Amino acid sequence: MAEEKLNIISEENVVYKKTKVLTDKPMHYCPGCGHSTLHRIIAEVIEEMGIQDKTIGIAPVGCAVFMYDYIDVDSQEAAHGRAPALATAIKRLMPDRYVFTYQGDGDLAAIGTAETIHVCNRGENITMFFVNNGIYGMTGGQMAPTTLTGMRTSTTPYGRDDSLMGHPIKITDLVAQLPGTYYVTRQAVHTPAYVRRTKKAVRKAFEYQMRGKGVSFVEVVSNCNSGWKMPPVQAVKWLDENMLPYYPLGDIKVPEE
Amino acid sequence: MDEDFVLMKGNEALAEAAIRAGVDGYFGYPITPQSEVMEYLTAARPWERTGMVVFQAESEVAAINMLYGGAGAGKRVMTSSSSPGISLMQEGISYIAGAELPVVIVNIVRGGPGLGTIQPAQSDYFQATKGGGHGDYHLLVLAPSSVQEMADFVELAFDLAFKYRNPVMILSDGAIGQMMEKVKFKPQKPRWRDDELPEWATTGKKPDRERNIITSLDLDPYRQERFNRHLQEKYRKMREEEVRFETFQTEDAEYLLVAYGTSARICQKAVQLAREEGIRAGLLRPITLYPFPEKEIAALAGRVKAMLSVEMSAGQMVEDVRLAVNGRVPVEHFGRFGGVVPSPEEIVEALKQKLIND
Repeated sequence: MAEEKLNIISEENVVYKKTKVLTDKPMHYCPGCGHSTLHRIIAEVIEEMGIQDKTIGIAPVGCAVFMYDYIDVDSQEAAHGRAPALATAIKRLMPDRYVFTYQGDGDLAAIGTAETIHVCNRGENITMFFVNNGIYGMTGGQMAPTTLTGMRTSTTPYGRDDSLMGHPIKITDLVAQLPGTYYVTRQAVHTPAYVRRTKKAVRKAFEYQMRGKGVSFVEVVSNCNSGWKMPPVQAVKWLDENMLPYYPLGDIKVPEE
Repeated sequence: MDEDFVLMKGNEALAEAAIRAGVDGYFGYPITPQSEVMEYLTAARPWERTGMVVFQAESEVAAINMLYGGAGAGKRVMTSSSSPGISLMQEGISYIAGAELPVVIVNIVRGGPGLGTIQPAQSDYFQATKGGGHGDYHLLVLAPSSVQEMADFVELAFDLAFKYRNPVMILSDGAIGQMMEKVKFKPQKPRWRDDELPEWATTGKKPDRERNIITSLDLDPYRQERFNRHLQEKYRKMREEEVRFETFQTEDAEYLLVAYGTSARICQKAVQLAREEGIRAGLLRPITLYPFPEKEIAALAGRVKAMLSVEMSAGQMVEDVRLAVNGRVPVEHFGRFGGVVPSPEEIVEALKQKLIND
């Protein structure tokens, strides 16, 4: 199908082509969701670096559980929160491979906190992608560790009360403090400019892996239109006005060149 | 003594055997009474001998998920722990069974429940043989009863794990893990090269094949049922082909003791003591606890007057013995538990009280 569609456009008019590292399977993500964009960026970088045959991806439990249906690399699907443990073993047993994990906020910053902290402290030579949309998307919009103060979710119907539920965790700032992280950055994918910046960050995060200096950690602050119960445009506006002030974008830790 | 023999603890013998079997990775977390496994491995520095990875994880939860990752990449990986740690691993073991990954898990059982004690026990039989985590699955379970078997069963466990793409558990206890006996090792085997790894492993997608995916997820109930039928077929094949057991003086036995691991060693002595008193006792020692030697026990049920399941538990394996016997002869249980090891005299006394002097 995809081939036929491409063929009706003459070669000189092609300005964008789907990377071969993305499969043709229609994504299950909601319209406007950041997961699909980040999937595409990762797949493009894998193609551009020519590392498809050396890359192993670890999918989480959460909305990205089916990442392996879309990104055409050898993949493993981990138990909730345990992707960094899988990645640790794979990378140590096969140091010449590119190993990346892809996790959401519940996976990486709640149930998987121990694995996150210890992998980042040990300095495993892996790349970690962390999609932070402040909510549990797949299970239907419950409070996440990163849910903003006052934010309504299906388990905080009157808004997150920090005195009862604790504060939204800035785990990316936390892992940046650990000696085992080499590159830590917070990015977004809801505007074309952010997409371009994120792609540069993703590329660096893969390239740094072979320097053997530790974890490359890329947080992507994203929107969950269904969980937030907002149409896509409103969700993007809400992200700008609420998420980014608390989770400011930019590099948090960069290698000393 | 043959100079090839060495004197070693069970836990240490298992560790040395793992290096010699060409195991790719050991991932563990310290817990008594099995910490010697990782201590031996870190002291032996097998990464210099064979390239084997030895890794102390941040928890048993992480360790079992490291096995998932390593096995998914086609590598021969193992862990060892003791009862509370094995409980923590159950989620990961279920995922490993669901993703059909070959791993070896060693449980040096201690008394429970809870933090329990650090003394030997056999009270994790149900957990080991009936599944342990969520879902319809089984481990293949090997029960060594000597330091030599602690060594020999490592390679056997890996062979079976890869034959069936299924987790294999070596179910031992603190007595066999801690005691010293002579043991003879096989020569060093090389680790598998990259081109010897299984075709399903996530080693990096080559242009000439589809990507490999390791997962236990399938949301379609009909496909999930089909997959479960496939698992059940695998377990049926194990029951056909992999039952291992040993008998001791069963030829003329009127009373059969059934015991594994440490209990089986004590029961050998109990059989001798019983025979000195004129009681014709014999012993069947299951070596595989799953698959269980049910046919052999059923056959013996036609020849003996009664059976006694002797376990360091409140009575777990006795249920499988009763299922195999199916009511044809009386089956009783005798156990000391919570870390207490029975004496041969106690066992003979129990045999007399429970089955002979009725």
